[in-house]
Amino acid sequence: MAEEVILLDFWASMFGMRTKIALAEKRVKYDYRKEDLWNKSSLLLEMNPVHKKIPVLIHNGKPVCESLIQIEYINETWPDKNSLLPSDPYKRAHAKFWADFIDKKVNVTARRIWAAKGEEQEAAKEFIEILKTLESELGDKKYFGDETFGYVDIALIGFYSWFGVYEKFGNISIESECSKLIAWAKRCLERESVAKALPESEKVATFVSDCRKKLGLE
Amino acid sequence: MAEKEESVKLLGFWASPFSRRVEMALKLKGVPYEYLEEDLPNKTPLLLELNPLHKKVPVLVHNDKILLESHLILEYIDQTWKNNPILPQDPYEKAMARFWAKFIDDQILTLGFRSLVKAEKGREVAIEETRELLTFLEKEVTGKDFFGGKTIGFLDMIAGSIIPFCLARLWEGIGIDMIPEEKFPELNRWIKNLEEVEIVRECIPPREKQIERMTKIAETIKSA
Repeated sequence: MAEEVILLDFWASMFGMRTKIALAEKRVKYDYRKEDLWNKSSLLLEMNPVHKKIPVLIHNGKPVCESLIQIEYINETWPDKNSLLPSDPYKRAHAKFWADFIDKKVNVTARRIWAAKGEEQEAAKEFIEILKTLESELGDKKYFGDETFGYVDIALIGFYSWFGVYEKFGNISIESECSKLIAWAKRCLERESVAKALPESEKVATFVSDCRKKLGLE
Repeated sequence: MAEKEESVKLLGFWASPFSRRVEMALKLKGVPYEYLEEDLPNKTPLLLELNPLHKKVPVLVHNDKILLESHLILEYIDQTWKNNPILPQDPYEKAMARFWAKFIDDQILTLGFRSLVKAEKGREVAIEETRELLTFLEKEVTGKDFFGGKTIGFLDMIAGSIIPFCLARLWEGIGIDMIPEEKFPELNRWIKNLEEVEIVRECIPPREKQIERMTKIAETIKSA
């Protein structure tokens, strides 16, 4: 049976990057469709009526929403290559715990650095604390998954392409506060799946500038 | 090889839907466990040691392994004790169960609790917004005995612990009929089905005590 895999995405989304990386790690062929977040397609609204957000993975006509759920779905549907999650139930719970931590803490705090007026300094401070917690979890491992690149690495790496933005608006240096994490990010970027999914920092900076203008922050 | 003795401990709180749902899963699987009640807000040193990052219940300790976050605990239980499966086998059905579980604990809990109590845009608007979200669940359970199909599953435990036995008691306490029968016939039918299930009944917090507690919390939120 012919597989049809479609990904609705927006290039700057660190969540969409997760799904792109997961699909690439599994060598899954898919049809990439760009969404304009200020003019969402009828397909997006139909496939994700609850949240109306990207990324949306559509597999043989059936939508899967939420990036972390998509990674697990991809892992379970194409189990042959490069397992993205540990098979041991405890290790898997541990990995999902950290990805959940990333979802609860990283994005919300990071957004306040560039999208909320007057909160930049406080949010930047909190953001560094969160990164330090993650750095502590990484320890001396090559990846969060130890020797194998996987779920937690994929959950976090997209934010790296936004680090320049957080540094600019938060007036912080992530390299000097979290050098181990930066080293980890560079290791991840050596993987083709990651290098292809992450946009250039400059492009993200321009995009954020446009967003801030639209939000009346500039 | 001698079989290692299993030790399962659950740190929970009587009013917490998050620890109640873990109890449902353990009971469904017939897993013997020791229950340790936290006297919240006075957190025990044990809780703080086991969950230093979030300092919350539930915490499941299985032999020497510490499991946190109720969704993850449910999945761990399902993968470790294979009888009476909680999650569907099919990857797509599983993804959908996870999606709705996240929707319930993120969106419905926020809108149907804090936002509703604060009612910044007025009570009627808050009720309507919550009902809009609940309509998605109404559709999802249409034509089924339970979200899990013929028997209770992951989503029933998540939704069941939160909606009828936690939020509904808040709604009652603050005088809101959020899910009237004529607007939500399917959800009401599902709740009746849930109440018939013995292991669910064993995990329902005492009604009056819960209403009193939720009403007090609502007053705290309003005056904050």
